[in-house]
Amino acid sequence: MVYQISVFLENRAGQLAEITSALADNGIDLRAMSIAETADYGILRMIVDDAQKATAVLMEHEYLLTMTPVLVVSVPDVPGGIAPVLETLAEGDIDIEYMYSLFTHTGGKAYIVFRVGEAEKFVSLLATHGITPTTADELGIH
Amino acid sequence: MGKYYQPEIETASREQILALQNERLVKQVQHVWENVPYYRKKMEEKGLTPADVQSVDDLYKLPFLSKDDLREAYPYGLLGKPLSECVRIQSTSGTTGKRVVAFYTQHDIDLWEDCCARAIVAAGGTREDVVHVAYGYGLFTGGPGLNGGSHKVGCLTLPLSSGNTDRQLQFMTDLGSTILCCTPSYAAYLAETIHERGLRDQIKLKAGIFGAEAWSENMRREIEASLGIKAYDIYGLTETSGPGVAYECEAQTGMHINEDHFIAEIIDPETGEVLPEGSKGELVFTAITKQAFPLLRYRTKDICILTREKCPCGRTHVKMSKPMGRSDDMLIVKGVNVFPSQIEQVLLEQGYPANYQIVVDRVNHSDTLEVMVEMAPENFSDSLAKVTAMEKKLVDALKSMLGIYAKVRLVAPKTIARSEGKAVRIIDKRKI
Repeated sequence: MVYQISVFLENRAGQLAEITSALADNGIDLRAMSIAETADYGILRMIVDDAQKATAVLMEHEYLLTMTPVLVVSVPDVPGGIAPVLETLAEGDIDIEYMYSLFTHTGGKAYIVFRVGEAEKFVSLLATHGITPTTADELGIH
Repeated sequence: MGKYYQPEIETASREQILALQNERLVKQVQHVWENVPYYRKKMEEKGLTPADVQSVDDLYKLPFLSKDDLREAYPYGLLGKPLSECVRIQSTSGTTGKRVVAFYTQHDIDLWEDCCARAIVAAGGTREDVVHVAYGYGLFTGGPGLNGGSHKVGCLTLPLSSGNTDRQLQFMTDLGSTILCCTPSYAAYLAETIHERGLRDQIKLKAGIFGAEAWSENMRREIEASLGIKAYDIYGLTETSGPGVAYECEAQTGMHINEDHFIAEIIDPETGEVLPEGSKGELVFTAITKQAFPLLRYRTKDICILTREKCPCGRTHVKMSKPMGRSDDMLIVKGVNVFPSQIEQVLLEQGYPANYQIVVDRVNHSDTLEVMVEMAPENFSDSLAKVTAMEKKLVDALKSMLGIYAKVRLVAPKTIARSEGKAVRIIDKRKI
């Protein structure tokens, strides 16, 4: 299981830079990030190489955050590579709450982060298509 | 009908008014003593009996009533008549969620409507007029009060209630409204809309009676110029019946308090001591004719000045200045009473910290209310849908508590300044 850190963001210039530099100062590597926003605030979601350390650093800076387990699925880094995964979700009538991708593409693969309504059902349906979610170890994170 | 609605009393000599007040006060104290145990107990605690109040000069001896008493005695504790004799309630928001519920007998409604009728006639109203009431109807006293006053004068009354500007303007143009009654900010908004739509030539307004919120002389001149009317102020509070407790005449230099029904005092809000005439202080009312909700020495928390200078209109009743502020933290937003404690209660119920800031502003002549709330860990989630759903729940709870919409702005924890001692909870940007 891969853990995502979600941070409450005020709609204020420079806030994102403050967070990323706090992580950088502590040698934490950002692997993925996305922002969901309203007019007044947002939620920064990210995958880092050391979730526990990142959490400690951010809490020290008094950020409001929460940890959530997410699924990471690797897909071939070719046009249409993600299609079988999305078809699986449609087949199982599973809602996608949100998705985004990791910065790195390695070994001809892209990595997609999924937060879905029914994670277990998603995993078992993926298995029937011969797909297994990527583990934290495989991504070299913990 | 001439210049006055009830000329004998409106232009009575000082001696006549005082004699009437003395007689009515003594009777009212006796009525309260016999029928309102809550107040009787307060008198007994001060070692008073009705015999201690022989005239207005003795008024200072009596204990005060405040919104706290209304809360404690809610709902029936200050009732002066059996419910079987009451015919109506009106209500307003109170502190910490408890509403103020005021009761009326038919007699009380009559005297309240008389007060409003005086205000309408003072604004030039006659039975030939079409009175357009755009105050809210319902629990709020604005609509029912002016509606009743307008009936008494014999005007054609248009009970539009508040909102729905298209409909307001349609009736105003089609039926030729001549006197507009609403909040000053809504009047300014209507004026602007009338100009935008090029309807200025189609309206027949000659006067407006605007109250329930603070407005400046500048705003008055703007509305008057824009609509080609004369704009009159009116004052009142649910606790003392509603609008019409005091109203402006053509002199527009303060509002005549209906002294045959209410005795006004100005006190030092800190010490409670009665201040000499002309002093600035907290306005206190004693209702001397109301039966069902006979409040004695009720502290309005409004700061103002009373003056007995001769008024060119010929009315002899004392005049109060526009309220210059509050001696508590109550805000009036869109004519609605808002207490920070109400907002605090909702925040705590919804799981948010009670560290918040209220920002009030006036945009396009209309009040806006924004509450800055610190995001709470238990309401935070990775899901934007969940966070916005929690936010909507908070907005709905605030609307239900306050009766008006408040915009919620979620901010990061510990970002609202915590000050030493009294926190700065309210930022009022309105330039009134």
